[in-house]
Amino acid sequence: MMAAANDSMSPNSRAQALAKRKERTNNVITGILSVVLVLWIYPVFMIIANSLKIESAISTDRIFRLPLGEDFAGLANYVYGVTKMDFLSAFWYSLFITVTSVALILLCCSMCAWYISRSGNALGRIMYLLCVFSMVVPFQMVMFTLAKTADTLKLNTPYNICIVYLGFGAGLAVFMFTGFMKSMPVEIEEAAMIDGCSPLQIFFRVVMPITKPTTISTAILETMWVWNDYLLPTLVLDIKKYRTIPMDIQYFRGSYGSVQMGPMMACIVITIVPVILLYLFAQKYIIEGVVAGAVKG
Amino acid sequence: MEKAIRRYWPVFVLPTLAAFIIGFLWPFLWGIYLSFCQFQTVNKVKPVGFSNYMKVFADPTFVHAFWFTALFTVASTLIINLAAFGVALLLTRKIKGTNLFRTVFFMPNLIGGIVLGYIWQSLLNGLLSKWGWPLLALSEKEGFWGLIILMAWQQIGYMMIIYIAGLQNVSPELIEAAQIDGATAAQTLVRIKVPMVMPSITICSFLTLTNSFKLFDQNLSLTNGEPAKNTQMLAMNIYDTFYSRSGPQWKGIGQAKAVIFFLVVVVISLIQLRFTKSREVQA
Repeated sequence: MMAAANDSMSPNSRAQALAKRKERTNNVITGILSVVLVLWIYPVFMIIANSLKIESAISTDRIFRLPLGEDFAGLANYVYGVTKMDFLSAFWYSLFITVTSVALILLCCSMCAWYISRSGNALGRIMYLLCVFSMVVPFQMVMFTLAKTADTLKLNTPYNICIVYLGFGAGLAVFMFTGFMKSMPVEIEEAAMIDGCSPLQIFFRVVMPITKPTTISTAILETMWVWNDYLLPTLVLDIKKYRTIPMDIQYFRGSYGSVQMGPMMACIVITIVPVILLYLFAQKYIIEGVVAGAVKG
Repeated sequence: MEKAIRRYWPVFVLPTLAAFIIGFLWPFLWGIYLSFCQFQTVNKVKPVGFSNYMKVFADPTFVHAFWFTALFTVASTLIINLAAFGVALLLTRKIKGTNLFRTVFFMPNLIGGIVLGYIWQSLLNGLLSKWGWPLLALSEKEGFWGLIILMAWQQIGYMMIIYIAGLQNVSPELIEAAQIDGATAAQTLVRIKVPMVMPSITICSFLTLTNSFKLFDQNLSLTNGEPAKNTQMLAMNIYDTFYSRSGPQWKGIGQAKAVIFFLVVVVISLIQLRFTKSREVQA
């Protein structure tokens, strides 16, 4: 932009020289980062390329070859992966579990957080402390007993595993909602109460609309967790009947014996491409959600 | 208003409380009890006092996993935070393509741990065989660095986002004032930018610390503990003790390991809390 004006000896020439140097440095940085960018995308590109190759061309010494010529397999791997690996049902279970769990977590935890921030009694305080405490506890601590409890209470199907997720995911959600609600002015809610609203009406008509930003952030963080979670559904669900996507991939890849690499790569592509597309679409919210979650967590 | 809300507690609190008891509180307390017992199924439980805890430290795989995890945590925390902070500095200079870089660097974070592990297993094994080195499953050192590379790829973007948010909050006037006073770029960085983003540094280092310490999925899919359990991290060692070992004593020992694991995580979190508190005083 300022390259045209740098040959004169105007009083500004020193500033211009500085600006020019800065621009040159910035161009070098852009160049270096572009190389890093290519390296950053390469693993995803490699998986997509290999998902289009025939089985013998995916061995370790031929993995970097492009799907060209006789290596090219078309969409055969996708067809095989979807039909033989039961991938569609895994996709459906993952989607169903994620949507029901996150919806339940958002509804119940925002209600609970409002009670905590407005009731000012011992129940609220204890609930808050327990939730904060549960965020610290690693899953391995409860995995065995949680699986047994879920079995006993018949929570071991994709249709009601959301209750387990509500219990184990409540900590983060309650923490984030409470942090926001404590900073909300009480006066609006009091005005609604004087106008004759019941607590339920206040919550759904006044509080929920105000907490929308926190709801979005929490929804994103919980979705990223539930969608990618492997260990909890593995231990709770019956793996022969129900498999989520991470379970499906581990089930076919992790089992010993001959592994079909092509269909595996195809399934990995089907798993990550929708997520990446969704991310490109809702990037602003996802990045804001991450920042909000980090600052509060 | 408080009174009216308190009357509604069955609606507002009970659903979460009930699920919380099922999904967390009861399994947690039961888990502590079981760590003092010998059991194979939950119907046949025999209290044995502290003997499980004694056996944990006599198990060489646990001790090895502990040091492996500790080393991994330190290395990955340092590498990820330095890289993420560096990239964040570059991306706050108003260079061309900032948004594209930010978008792409963050992307790996959305991919689940199991899938990540298999992507990198194919890629790293391809590279290793090209260079004529042993494959991932045959070398502990390669498994370690493989896990570090994987974690760096996954987490640098996430931490970068937090650092960028922190750097954008540093007021431009402050930096301008320093430049007028003749501060060099290095001085501005060390004396102004780093102290001003200290909150972000604390958050990011503890996020990477706990993420690395509790790592499971990536460990399972990338190396599966090979060779001979040498790349097993703590979380995976506990899982392995529970579900892969035969013998009546192992489930109790696994639960005792889990309690020890939990206590270490609590200590890390308490240190974090202290840091956060002391930071608030300065700010």
